[in-house]
Amino acid sequence: MFLTDYIKDVTGAVKSLATGMKRTLYYFTHHKEIITQEYPDNRDTLVLPERFKGEVVMPHDEKNEHRCTGCTACELACPNGTIKVITKFDISPEGKKKKAIDKLVYHLELCTMCNLCVEACPSDAIKMAQTFEHSVYDRKQLTKILNHPGSKIMEGVE
Amino acid sequence: MWSLSHIANEIHTWLSNTFNPTWTLVIEMVLAGVAVIGLFAALGLVLVLMERRVAAWIQIRLGPNRVGPLGLLQSLADTLKLIVKEGLTPDGADKVMFNVAPFIAMIVAMLLMAPIAFAKDFQLWDLNIGVLFVTAVSSIMVISILMAGWSSNNKYSLMGAMRSGAQIVSYELSAGLSIMTIVVLTGSLQVSDIIHSQGNGWWIFKGHLPVWIAFITFMIAVTAETNRAPFDLAEAESELTAGFHTEYSGMKFALFFLAEYINVFIVCAIGATLFLGGWMPLHFGSNNAFNDAMDYIPSSIWFFGKTFCLIFLIMWFRWTFPRLRIDQLLNLEWKYLLPISMINLLLTTAMAILGWHF
Repeated sequence: MFLTDYIKDVTGAVKSLATGMKRTLYYFTHHKEIITQEYPDNRDTLVLPERFKGEVVMPHDEKNEHRCTGCTACELACPNGTIKVITKFDISPEGKKKKAIDKLVYHLELCTMCNLCVEACPSDAIKMAQTFEHSVYDRKQLTKILNHPGSKIMEGVE
Repeated sequence: MWSLSHIANEIHTWLSNTFNPTWTLVIEMVLAGVAVIGLFAALGLVLVLMERRVAAWIQIRLGPNRVGPLGLLQSLADTLKLIVKEGLTPDGADKVMFNVAPFIAMIVAMLLMAPIAFAKDFQLWDLNIGVLFVTAVSSIMVISILMAGWSSNNKYSLMGAMRSGAQIVSYELSAGLSIMTIVVLTGSLQVSDIIHSQGNGWWIFKGHLPVWIAFITFMIAVTAETNRAPFDLAEAESELTAGFHTEYSGMKFALFFLAEYINVFIVCAIGATLFLGGWMPLHFGSNNAFNDAMDYIPSSIWFFGKTFCLIFLIMWFRWTFPRLRIDQLLNLEWKYLLPISMINLLLTTAMAILGWHF
């Protein structure tokens, strides 16, 4: 009994090792299917995976309008205080006060690209961009204001 | 004929005609030393590059491809970097032992070069106990590793060294026993005798199953003896930072690194000599057209070709298998490899006595 188990052990081990070696030999002989990219050389043709997340941006349309209502849902959702929404009150033509954003401050150096702010946003005002070349010499440059100067909220977004 | 032995003979004749015998001997020894060091340097550069390429291709990467054409100068650049780095000795270290250890590793590697036949009639020292010499000297390697680990005064170094000691001492047994099978079949410990006995076919073809088993155990055991993955517990970078050479830097680290690759080359050369006929071309039977055609390929190419095939095999192991735990490692040796190679040795002895091999 012991001997059969022993022989089974040895043959099983040899078989499974051979399976592994067959796999790696396949990879070795098919080295044209490279999964890495020669990054700085192929900068122009670089294709990033769809789900790659580089930084948070706020899309603006051609009239310099965004969709952010200043609800601070993103600020509350952020686990490490990356986003700070500074609100102001716009006076509408009818004389009503309306909440709007003054600045949406985004600290790229704190961001972990977890995507929780984008999921929390009720009006799809922010999204993840695929830019990733973020190196700068001064870390002040990593604190970004996402809404463009002079921008205002799009009509019909509440 | 343009061959290594021919060049060696020419040099010898010229030296004997020019100098008296004593000076001829001295100059030849110096030349041999320089040649061995040159071979070491070349092997270090080639093997490091080869390892990185094999690793990259197995992992579907490109590997080094920036320095020089196709990245061929990468290992040269690495060497340059290591040369200019500071060789630091830690304060708490045993300074003499710490600094001597890498050189012992290199001396062992150099001694092991002596009985290896690189080509037909091209061998530094064809001593009559060549195979025994190799097994005996290669065990000194563990002393350099223990010295390095102990003198570093670092817990990781010490643990790596102790693991390495346990590993090398145990795997030497099955390596020795698998070498014994060929010694039994050949009836000689001399390297040239072993190679000449394979003139009508290599042992791996002539020896049937027992030699196959011996070859496999030999390859496993020498992978363990040279401390390479999946048996690289002495280094185990995820557990012990770098094991016994954690505290080494600069050229002293490079010597350990080089010694590892030289040892890989040497054990593969021994494996090629014992099982694949060393420099002996591929022969079947005796005196036929196929053998004559094979003889046209120079013997040095046969030797290096076989050796590099085995080196590739060992690299292939490294980049395929996960590292073993220390208890699994010792189980593998004492419960599997050693009993199997002992029974295999008995089988081979019976085969040799009854003349069942070709």
